Amino acid sequence: MSGPIHIQPGETFTLNVGPQHPATHGVLRVKMEMDGEYIVKAETVLGYIHRMHELMGENRTYPQVLPNLSRLDYLGALGYTHGHVLVIERAAGIEVPERAEYIRAITVELNRIASHLFWFGAFVMDLGGFTPLMYAIEDREYILDILEAVTGSRLTYCYYRFGGLYNDVDDDFISATRAFIPRMRKQLKKYDALVTGNIIFRKRLDGIGIIPAEMCRKYGATGPVSRGAGIDFDVRKNEPYSVYSEFDFDTPVYHECDSLARYKVRMDEMEQSLRIIEQGLDKLPDGPIMPKKKPKLIKPPKGDYYQAVETARGSFGIRLVSDGSKNAYRFKLRSPTYSNMSLFDEACEGMLIMDALAMMGSLDLVIPEIDR
Amino acid sequence: MSLTIFNALVAVVAAIAFAALNAAYLVWAERRGAGRIQRRPGPNVNGPLGLLQPPADGLKLMAKQLTIPGGADKALFVVAPVLAMVPAIMSFVTIPFSDTIVAHSMNIGVLMLFAFASLGGLAILFAGWGSRNKYGVMASVRAVSQSISYEIPMLITVITIVMITGTMNLKDMVAAQAGGFWNWNFFPSFSSPLMPISFLLFFVCTLAETNRAPFDLGEAESELVAGFHTEYGSMGFGLFFMGEYANIVIGTSLMTILFLGGWNCPFGLYPGVWWFLIKVYLLIFSFIWIRWTFPRTTIYGLLNLSWKILIPISLFNLLLTAGLLKVF
Amino acid sequence: MTMTNESVKQALRDLFPDPVPVVDEPASEDAEEKEETRTNGVLERDHAAYGYDIDVQLDPGELLAAVMIVDKAGFFLESITGVDWIKNDQLEAVYDFSRYDFDTCRIVIRTRTPRSTPKIPTISKVYPGAGWHERETHDFFGIKFDGHPHLVPLLLPEDADFHPLLKDFKP
Repeated sequence: MSGPIHIQPGETFTLNVGPQHPATHGVLRVKMEMDGEYIVKAETVLGYIHRMHELMGENRTYPQVLPNLSRLDYLGALGYTHGHVLVIERAAGIEVPERAEYIRAITVELNRIASHLFWFGAFVMDLGGFTPLMYAIEDREYILDILEAVTGSRLTYCYYRFGGLYNDVDDDFISATRAFIPRMRKQLKKYDALVTGNIIFRKRLDGIGIIPAEMCRKYGATGPVSRGAGIDFDVRKNEPYSVYSEFDFDTPVYHECDSLARYKVRMDEMEQSLRIIEQGLDKLPDGPIMPKKKPKLIKPPKGDYYQAVETARGSFGIRLVSDGSKNAYRFKLRSPTYSNMSLFDEACEGMLIMDALAMMGSLDLVIPEIDR
Repeated sequence: MSLTIFNALVAVVAAIAFAALNAAYLVWAERRGAGRIQRRPGPNVNGPLGLLQPPADGLKLMAKQLTIPGGADKALFVVAPVLAMVPAIMSFVTIPFSDTIVAHSMNIGVLMLFAFASLGGLAILFAGWGSRNKYGVMASVRAVSQSISYEIPMLITVITIVMITGTMNLKDMVAAQAGGFWNWNFFPSFSSPLMPISFLLFFVCTLAETNRAPFDLGEAESELVAGFHTEYGSMGFGLFFMGEYANIVIGTSLMTILFLGGWNCPFGLYPGVWWFLIKVYLLIFSFIWIRWTFPRTTIYGLLNLSWKILIPISLFNLLLTAGLLKVF
Repeated sequence: MTMTNESVKQALRDLFPDPVPVVDEPASEDAEEKEETRTNGVLERDHAAYGYDIDVQLDPGELLAAVMIVDKAGFFLESITGVDWIKNDQLEAVYDFSRYDFDTCRIVIRTRTPRSTPKIPTISKVYPGAGWHERETHDFFGIKFDGHPHLVPLLLPEDADFHPLLKDFKP
């Protein structure tokens, strides 16, 4: 029923999904050419929350830009600030103490779970099930509390500094995180029983919303979208940064290419993140959290640097073109959802609107991150 | 003559009062129930246990301005919410709550109920079409195909019951199930061994007929914004809302009458209206429970379920019952 | 670097008639002067220091050929962006390609075009995903992508006639 169909031209109408629509979770607009319930052609319209972070990156000094990065993606903010500090450290050649690297990995993974939890709730809500959202938010609250205690904020973190961290974690953080891990494992089993096994849920996702691997490649889709298409790609593994090469974790890959595969990838990723956090806490070394000698004014030498990190949504890249001054000459943000969303127009052709919107939910969109 | 008119007036007023009260407090029950299921308190600020929430909501809705969107078909737009509510209230007239509490007992009560139930689909079509909103039109088309598909298996199941009890009068149907729970139509008998399946089928059809989750495709908020009542605010929306809950009460009442022995006690003790209400509210609770547990189906999944599964089963059940009635 | 990547590098090198020696731009600290630009050709970069492995600079005319080589080798498009080299009166378009498998290799392709008539052929025929990236680069820098099917503003308003990332942009 969900396969592409052939439609006679001239009998269509235009449907504006968005910019204010419950399924887009933000100000995204998709202009759909509809034939009844079928989508003939779709065109995504962006820019409703465009803030030109790239220009702000050029006319501010490097530390001044730091808080901007967490405004890109309000659900997985730490991953984005991590990318920023890494590219500056790479360019300016700043050494990071090991303890800081471990704490970064632990907090990023906590944030990744929080982001996936919120996605899980919102995705099931897209399918009409409201209750899992409440459960997911309750679990996410634990993570936000843990992170709030060390970083000082709940959503738009500015915790990392060039060379280290803003402050060290305390015993409360470690004990709270340790207590969270078994709780989350139990909850994941519950979600599995409540949602993954639900017949209606499976029927809505199984074999629907196909995004094949070749399409992922042509559009540059990364993260759970490409992993759901059978591509074993995770920046943490393929291009290890920080201390990720020290951890033993798997990259969940599913080959079905459908919405259910992308759902399963994210659910499995939470479990893998828990493993990383567990190992990080076990291995957490003592020591300083900021390097002993660090330049007062950060002026990376002239050059063109790139850093990719795996955020909750995929491969986030920063291209930094430095002219040796205290501002960036060019500050390009390659946001993962931008590429993931760009394939939607092609992928949803010939689909029913409700399947297409379920597929859109499975892409895990965060609109401020697409528009930047 | 004047006495009959007076009687009829009292009956209608009582029916409206019952429907409105139920609609208001089912919303409260739904929200409290959803709260329990989702581990949050639900409305608990206005009055004890939040019991004053429904009047507050009602006042808010009534105080709001009724806007008619430009380009809308005014007549249809205004008629639709009324058409959603009136048949629901009229249906209450013929439902027997107990041996004595029934506004007007008719010999073709079942037929009348279904006639009014079909009008509900018309209200949704009017609302969607009249508001000239693409989401509304899509939703109303969905809702109409849904109500047509689900009325068929529902009616076939009712025909089975009519064949067993030999009457179309709802009161007589309940009387035929008196005695104890083993006499209820819910349990299989020699002449109709598939009755529990019929009940399940009827239950699913009622969910679909009342546009309840997981079959709430007419107001699927994640794709069609608010479906057929996207453009409605104020009491127009309020009437749709009340109509939905009134329809739930009717659907569950019908289930109670047809399958669960109406006002009869399971053990033959103290039959009365309380048994009827207990059964109805238990069924309503299960509706709420289902709504907050399951995600929504797809439109094609819904139609497939009806045409490929429910209709063949109900037809088979009808033929089997007819054959067995001839034998026994 | 693995076999695939070596062969890609060789194929890219073959695009240039006079491949050696490729001169990197000098690391001058004097920002006032007109900057020396590097010559066209393929450079190898240290991944740990720069974050990418192969750095190609070419003329806009050779872009499609290079992108086809990269496409054939199974790279995915990471991003497209621009840089405004106002002192040289040039706009640079930067294309990033990376791999899904474990032969980690990021290829950067750069091409420069005059600031007054910025024109670069589109690669959206090879990589449909380039459509959005090129529209964004057109928004920010005003680079015209020749042959792009739908070159209208994506992130900026529909009627935007300014290019905010140009260095002489005044808001």
